[in-house]
Amino acid sequence: MAMAQKLQHNVTIKGTKDGLVLLLDDLCSFEHLLEELNDKLSDDHGQLLNGPLISVIVKTGNRYLTDQQSGLIREIIGQKKNLEIKRFETNVITVAEAEEMKKEAQIMRVSKVVRSGQVLSVQGDLLLIGDVNPGGTIVATGNIFVLGSLKGIAHSGSSGNREAVIAASVMKPTQLRIADMINRAPDHYPEHGHEMECAFISDEEGQILIDRISIVHKIRPELNRL
Amino acid sequence: MGEAIVITSGKGGVGKTTTSANIGTSLALSGKKVCLVDTDIGLRNLDVLMGLENRIIYDLVDVVEERCKLHQALIKDKRFECLFLLPAAQTKDKSSVQPEQMKKIISELKQDYDYVIIDCPAGIEQGFKNAVAGADKSIVVTNPEISSVRDADRIIGLLEQEDVEAPKLIVNRVRNHLAKSGDMLDVDEIVSILAIELIGVVVDDENVIKAANKGEPIAMSPSSKASIAYRNIARRILGESVPLSTIEEEKGFFSKIKTLLGMR
Repeated sequence: MAMAQKLQHNVTIKGTKDGLVLLLDDLCSFEHLLEELNDKLSDDHGQLLNGPLISVIVKTGNRYLTDQQSGLIREIIGQKKNLEIKRFETNVITVAEAEEMKKEAQIMRVSKVVRSGQVLSVQGDLLLIGDVNPGGTIVATGNIFVLGSLKGIAHSGSSGNREAVIAASVMKPTQLRIADMINRAPDHYPEHGHEMECAFISDEEGQILIDRISIVHKIRPELNRL
Repeated sequence: MGEAIVITSGKGGVGKTTTSANIGTSLALSGKKVCLVDTDIGLRNLDVLMGLENRIIYDLVDVVEERCKLHQALIKDKRFECLFLLPAAQTKDKSSVQPEQMKKIISELKQDYDYVIIDCPAGIEQGFKNAVAGADKSIVVTNPEISSVRDADRIIGLLEQEDVEAPKLIVNRVRNHLAKSGDMLDVDEIVSILAIELIGVVVDDENVIKAANKGEPIAMSPSSKASIAYRNIARRILGESVPLSTIEEEKGFFSKIKTLLGMR
């Protein structure tokens, strides 16, 4: 029976122009999978497994791998010095991960005045209906939209998303932060001309720019969900 | 059952104690039974402003540590039968009282008095927490300067987390000529930043200092502008609708013409 299962090819190796794809069957037991993976890789495949550095994508289909299990697979593949795992691809995630993804994608709506000393931190996009006073801070892992005047600190893309933007009805911040980039306000704001504005990281200039809100759809088309 | 109002500001020196003394006096003037409570343990001032320093025998900490009964520590005012002061201790510090103990004292006082006015110390630490613990309402005092407004904003944020009604705002020490020339924050600007209800504007008046040094609250002398402002605040606390006195009362002839011509 064990022999028969081995012949079923639980592990399929495919070559693509970007490297190898390891297709791992998602119905057999994990022990069989490891065994077969080990056998396949230790078989002599000539130059394929001994040549120059090849990147590998591991596809696990509908099988959920714990960190420990994916560690074991990494270990086996790592025995071949020329193989480098690029990523794992799977059809399944845990409920916790799914909830996390949902949070990242949602727009959190908050209605309050963020006062000096207060920090409002959310996952995903933040829609603040109210002001951010000097000394107050708002943080979001996604984009920030303020329907009110932004006079404090705003930090969008806080977990590293440099595509995030910050928009405010009245843009008079003390500091703007997008991902790891920080921009200080000018020491004096001109009295007039603060219509609705939006801040983003400009690729050409490599720094945070502020511009009219009407041009945002050109710079960040991905904001559009329609 | 009366109500307890805490007077706070965050920043020091903006006029919390003066405001407490004068609101208390004004409320007493309208016949209400009022108790002032000084919670600035270690740096008490309210007794000095009221001119009652030499009558202190027991204080707040004595009450908390049960060396005396609450009514023994209360000092009756020289001028009013219905105005009392619970002084703070001068020899201890803020940590000698806990918020729970304050709550108990304030609720006991509320049984007997129409208004309990709590004078809060500067800062946001233990002293602030003690002062706010028993309060039902709060008044935030600020001056027309950025640092004071910033601290008021912080305090309003902290008050929002406490179990008190939305705070009201007093802008103290407004100087007419500076606000007019734009060298000082004007009241509208402050209200728009802090986004809470304005309950009074008090002009900067040197008579306030003179009165304080005599141990006589300014609210007693009806001729000064500050006194009228404090009395109006008291009336608003009592629920009367008194229009906010605009600061630019005395417009000159020329400025009137300029306004007419749309030149201002």
